[in-house]
Amino acid sequence: MTRKMTGAKMIVQALIDQGVDTIFGYPGGAVLPIYDEVFQQNSIKHVLVRHEQGAVHAAEGYARSTGKPGVVLVTSGPGATNAVTGLTDALLDSIPLVVLTGQVPTFMIGSDAFQEADTVGITRPCTKHNWLVKDTDKLAGVLHEAFHVATSGRPGPVLVDIPKDVQFATGQYEPKKPSVSHYQPPVKGDMAAITELVEAIESAKRPVFYTGGGVINSGPAASQLLRELVEATGFPITSTLMGLGCYPASGDKWLGMLGMHGLYEANMAMHDCDLMINVGARFDDRITGVVDMFSPKSKKAHIDIDPSSINKIIRVDIPIVGDVGHVLEDMLKIWKSRGRKTNSEAVAKWWKKINEWRSIDCLKFEQKGKIIKPQYALSRLEALTKKYDRYICTEVGQHQMWAAQYLNFEDPNRWMTSGGLGTMGYGFPASIGVQMAHPDALVINVAGEASWLMNMQEMGTAMQYGLPVKQFILNNERLGMVRQWQELLHGERYSQSWSESLPDFVKLAEAFGAKGILCSDPDDLDDAIMEMLTYNGPVIFDCLVEKHENCFPMIPSGKAHNDMMLAGVDTQGVIDAKGSVLV
Amino acid sequence: MSPLKIKKGSTSHSAYNLRPNFSDVIERHTLAVLVENEPGVLARVIGLFSGRGYNIDSLTVAEVDHTGHLSRITIVTSGTPQVIEQIKAQLGRIVPVHEVHDLTVEGPSVERELAMFKVSGTGDKRVEALRLADIFRANVVDSTLETFVFEITGAPEKIDAFAELMRPLGLKDVARTGVAALPRGD
Ligand SMILES: Cc1cc2nc3c(=O)[nH]c(=O)nc-3n(C[C@H](O)[C@H](O)[C@H](O)COP(=O)(O)OP(=O)(O)OC[C@H]3O[C@@H](n4cnc5c(N)ncnc54)[C@H](O)[C@@H]3O)c2cc1C
Ligand SMILES: Cc1ncc(C[n+]2csc(CCOP(=O)(O)OP(=O)(O)O)c2C)c(N)n1
Repeated sequence: MTRKMTGAKMIVQALIDQGVDTIFGYPGGAVLPIYDEVFQQNSIKHVLVRHEQGAVHAAEGYARSTGKPGVVLVTSGPGATNAVTGLTDALLDSIPLVVLTGQVPTFMIGSDAFQEADTVGITRPCTKHNWLVKDTDKLAGVLHEAFHVATSGRPGPVLVDIPKDVQFATGQYEPKKPSVSHYQPPVKGDMAAITELVEAIESAKRPVFYTGGGVINSGPAASQLLRELVEATGFPITSTLMGLGCYPASGDKWLGMLGMHGLYEANMAMHDCDLMINVGARFDDRITGVVDMFSPKSKKAHIDIDPSSINKIIRVDIPIVGDVGHVLEDMLKIWKSRGRKTNSEAVAKWWKKINEWRSIDCLKFEQKGKIIKPQYALSRLEALTKKYDRYICTEVGQHQMWAAQYLNFEDPNRWMTSGGLGTMGYGFPASIGVQMAHPDALVINVAGEASWLMNMQEMGTAMQYGLPVKQFILNNERLGMVRQWQELLHGERYSQSWSESLPDFVKLAEAFGAKGILCSDPDDLDDAIMEMLTYNGPVIFDCLVEKHENCFPMIPSGKAHNDMMLAGVDTQGVIDAKGSVLV
Repeated sequence: MSPLKIKKGSTSHSAYNLRPNFSDVIERHTLAVLVENEPGVLARVIGLFSGRGYNIDSLTVAEVDHTGHLSRITIVTSGTPQVIEQIKAQLGRIVPVHEVHDLTVEGPSVERELAMFKVSGTGDKRVEALRLADIFRANVVDSTLETFVFEITGAPEKIDAFAELMRPLGLKDVARTGVAALPRGD
């Protein structure tokens, strides 16, 4: 049934039809008609953020923790430009978002009108797709298509720019129906290629599963199938930063995260394997290091829904374009029907080798003295929150890597981090989005003090909506990750990498009406963490940690996987001139 | 789709050859990209090339199917085989792109370009220009006592050759459309 209504009403109606329950936004002149409709309904909760960047990251947190698209509503001009960092972040991490922006009325476009920006032009390279809607009759159709595009194939952010006169005008509302657009990325993998991979699995002597964010994108069922496959084959499994939780960290096949700050055993296994099975990961440069030296002896299979991910960086032998869940299902079927074979003798030998690597215990550290080591703080956080079904967000820096190393993830959608863009200021608003989606869950943002300050205005949002998000700040009074690189690459000349003039975080919390906790003594840490966990409301936890701790293991720029720096090494002169141009 | 003679669904087999043998040799490929004729679609395609550092040697675009709202973009690009594969895959993931065809690998195709040359001269040079134009089957579409405007169609190499010959004869200005291309046969 089509109905006549205003564009503004259509927007709210389309969101309701799409099952949206929460939107994150900030009003302004060019979206007032939409806000008027938001005012007059009760189906959708609107979260008023304190900065549009916060709205987009909150929507990302909502999306990553639910599997549903996040929705954002902002005004034209500065509202839209403030959203650009979040859009780029979501594009690089394949997060489905629908961002609605107001625009000046159609008859004023191009006249440098008040708060006019070429929003579709600016956001074209940082969205999966975007639309400027100039006709109210087309608005509902575009909105439904926007949800379809954001969530189909490789997910990503889309943006719909809506001039104010289109919001006021009346048009026909098109209800949601199955998409008839030509954009229908295939999800089924090629059976011949899947069979080829099964054959490779049957004979592999040193296999490894290299999994990534694509497993999370594919949904919990894909994680389930992956677990079944790993258990049945007995093959070791590692994951990228983006895939943490797709296989449980408590599982005995788990090697931990791989890559630049990944575990020794994971990187060594990647380097020495004879069969690499990439499941929804994209051979990012944090993983491959120098491409020429990347896993030189292996046959490589790659399951990815986006054909452009395949052979982009690493040439693979068995490419499979399709959705992880669909491909794994077919793969398991074929493997089972052929008698569930593996070269178990060789794989057992491979495990022996892996266990030797494991015995190095690359994450070991010693907490001695009166200064809290960041690794210790996270180990205690892990121990004291293990029993919760908890959601962890992070900012960007050393703390992010330590969180990935020392916190264990048992399930998908529990880990929200900015991987591809590495956006400082992501974690706090993301934690707000997660808490909106999971009001009763424990939501912790592991932060560095510098990153956290980038979007600290969102304390207001957390307070307004009573969101008990825990901001666990590992405060080293340094831009720690930058400082570490300066130590490694620039002769310990710490140019501008100090966090000077920091606020008193406890007073800052109190100024917002939240709770602040300061902890500087390792002996007090457990009690302080418990105090944070039991407090029913937002907490800023200022954990003063060792200032010049380095994050290891590390594959230095320009080196291969089997050339890792472990804790306690000399940090001077490790990276050569060629390596130092890399980021 | 009839005016285009492109079989639907052929894209996944032809354009994305997922098991190429990569070499370092720079190749020149002609790509035919069928796109939804919507605002901004050309900017998306061009932005992809500039944003990812690919080359555009030539680009033409026009609506080819009014009722179906489809435009055809013909791009001549160059790069290593790996880069060419990436370009095709990247083009394929642009939402309003319907089909990507690599005419260079999908069998024989014909390429044509239209160009106009303004040549100015008197006496022998003028006579020679006219004589060469005749050999190249270029038409005179405008003339004054001192200038000719020639119109020529053909493969890009033919137009290059004609330009070289016209240069010493008083070549003043060139306008080229870029390449349009279609596969031969069915
Ligand atoms: C300071 C810092 C340090 C970092 N260090 C590391 C590190 O040491 N180790 C590490 O791993 N990362 C690290 N990262 C993160 C890194 O930059 C990348 O973001 C990350 O490695 C990419 O993860 P991914 O390969 O799983 O790809 P994602 O970005 O998650 O991409 C997912 C892939 O799966 C595909 N896909 C999506 N949906 C599906 C589906 N349904 N079916 C099939 N395929 C699908 C996509 O097309 C894409 O190719 C670091 C980041 C920062 C900021
Ligand atoms: C928006 C943004 N600006 C700059 C950077 C570069 N950068 C990466 S990590 C880092 C330091 C982060 O410091 P902090 O948040 O205190 O975390 P730490 O590394 O000390 O744990 C910087 C500046 C970035 N990732 N994002």
